[in-house]
Amino acid sequence: MRVEVTVNGQERVADVEPRTLLVHLLREHFALTGTNVGCDTSSCGACTVLLDGESVKSCTVLAAQADGRAVTTIEGLADLDGTLHPLQRAFQENHALQCGYCTPGMVMVSMSILAEHDTLDEATVREGLEGNLCRCTGYHNIVKAVLAAKEAMGASR
Amino acid sequence: MYPSSFDYRRASSVQEAIAMLSSDEDAKVLAGGHSLIPLMKLRLASPSMLVDIGRISNLSYVRKEGSQVAIGALTRHRDVETSELLAHEVPILSKVAGQIGDPSVRHVGTIGGSTAHGDGAADFPAALLALGATMVAEGPSGRREIAASEFFKGFLETALAPDEILTEIRVPTGFTKYAFQKFNRRAQDWAIVGVVAVRGERTNVGFINMGPTPLRATAVEERLSAGASVEEAAAVADEGTSPSADINASVEYRRHLARVLVKRALSELG
Ligand SMILES: Cc1cc2nc3c(=O)[nH]c(=O)nc-3n(C[C@H](O)[C@H](O)[C@H](O)COP(=O)(O)OP(=O)(O)OC[C@H]3O[C@@H](n4cnc5c(N)ncnc54)[C@H](O)[C@@H]3O)c2cc1C
Ligand code: FES
Ligand code: FES
Repeated sequence: MRVEVTVNGQERVADVEPRTLLVHLLREHFALTGTNVGCDTSSCGACTVLLDGESVKSCTVLAAQADGRAVTTIEGLADLDGTLHPLQRAFQENHALQCGYCTPGMVMVSMSILAEHDTLDEATVREGLEGNLCRCTGYHNIVKAVLAAKEAMGASR
Repeated sequence: MYPSSFDYRRASSVQEAIAMLSSDEDAKVLAGGHSLIPLMKLRLASPSMLVDIGRISNLSYVRKEGSQVAIGALTRHRDVETSELLAHEVPILSKVAGQIGDPSVRHVGTIGGSTAHGDGAADFPAALLALGATMVAEGPSGRREIAASEFFKGFLETALAPDEILTEIRVPTGFTKYAFQKFNRRAQDWAIVGVVAVRGERTNVGFINMGPTPLRATAVEERLSAGASVEEAAAVADEGTSPSADINASVEYRRHLARVLVKRALSELG
């Protein structure tokens, strides 16, 4: 079947089997390998992307379900000249990653958390990250990074 | 992991979805897919056709109708969690919705999907049972209403026929006091045991994961209406239940949790 998805602002088209999962559409058909597969069973959040602006686990969404909709992946955050998104910068500055495997998913779910809350406190961020597992950093710096990004993004408005 | 192959059809109306379902007896409805797709990836389900109802826009709503609130089957957990009308009229549902899975799951999963899946370990079915909700279904021979007490038939089995669509869930207002005790070990997990208690003119109690289907804590409700104290009622909480053992808990531990959590929930009601 033909699917048309707006990926990071660009119209993309692919001919896929109906059973194709969104994460495979992104990685294998569109060569966007920033989105990782971790557990492949909807538990770890490594595959998190935004679907119409909201976080979803792309290993548990069919490409067909994204047809006609907008997907944002980690590749879509930085400016074209490579300037990092404030949230990416906050991850870097707060040492919010070690091996980096969970990071694309952590960043994308955090985009959703930032969008859904006018103000953020630590507890809200921790609850927002519930569905994303990190085996390296122990979450503390990730939480710090999201809070720092909220401040930076508020200040720049 | 890929599901095995299937035909994919997208329905633009309930009528069209029913016609598609009637054309293939191995067809299944796809709503959010957050129960169905994991099962298909594990090849525990291999439908020949998926009828995607996810784009039927007039199935996502929350509205007041007399002394009930009508919730469209495609209303996502996130929308139940953040609905101001539900927060005001049926606050237990907002509370329960906010603890299902994690935020990304709540952006996709629907109340109709959770209900039609009929999992005894899921949160909404037990809440709807405690509230005495009514399910509205549409099929080839028209529309019918099914009481929650008649809806959950067995392990992942409901009163819905294979070519019927659950379109709406109607919940009564008036249960102004409520408590939700979901016991798990990690934040995003399913309940090892859960208790939903609501009180209006009477007190109703629902169990999560105390049997193959969601259950009412009948023994507790009977004791309470006979004037028993919280302690007396909670002491018999596991009567009439049939929990199973798994990696998280033995049968005995689940029975113990049922008594403890019912006591906590009833105390919370005040
Ligand atoms: C990581 C994760 C964690 C979760 N944690 C929890 C939790 O803590 N508590 C909890 O309760 N649930 C949990 N869930 C399950 C989640 O709530 C599902 O979203 C929900 O059970 C199914 O809704 P859905 O819209 O995704 O349905 P689908 O998966 O699309 O459908 C489920 C079943 O119902 C049928 N169906 C769906 N809609 C209809 C309809 N309108 N009419 C007729 N049949 C229909 C389908 O054919 C299928 O058999 C979790 C899921 C995941 C992936
Ligand atoms: S790979 Fe999708 S949740 Fe783990
Ligand atoms: S940085 Fe290694 S898993 Fe999170």
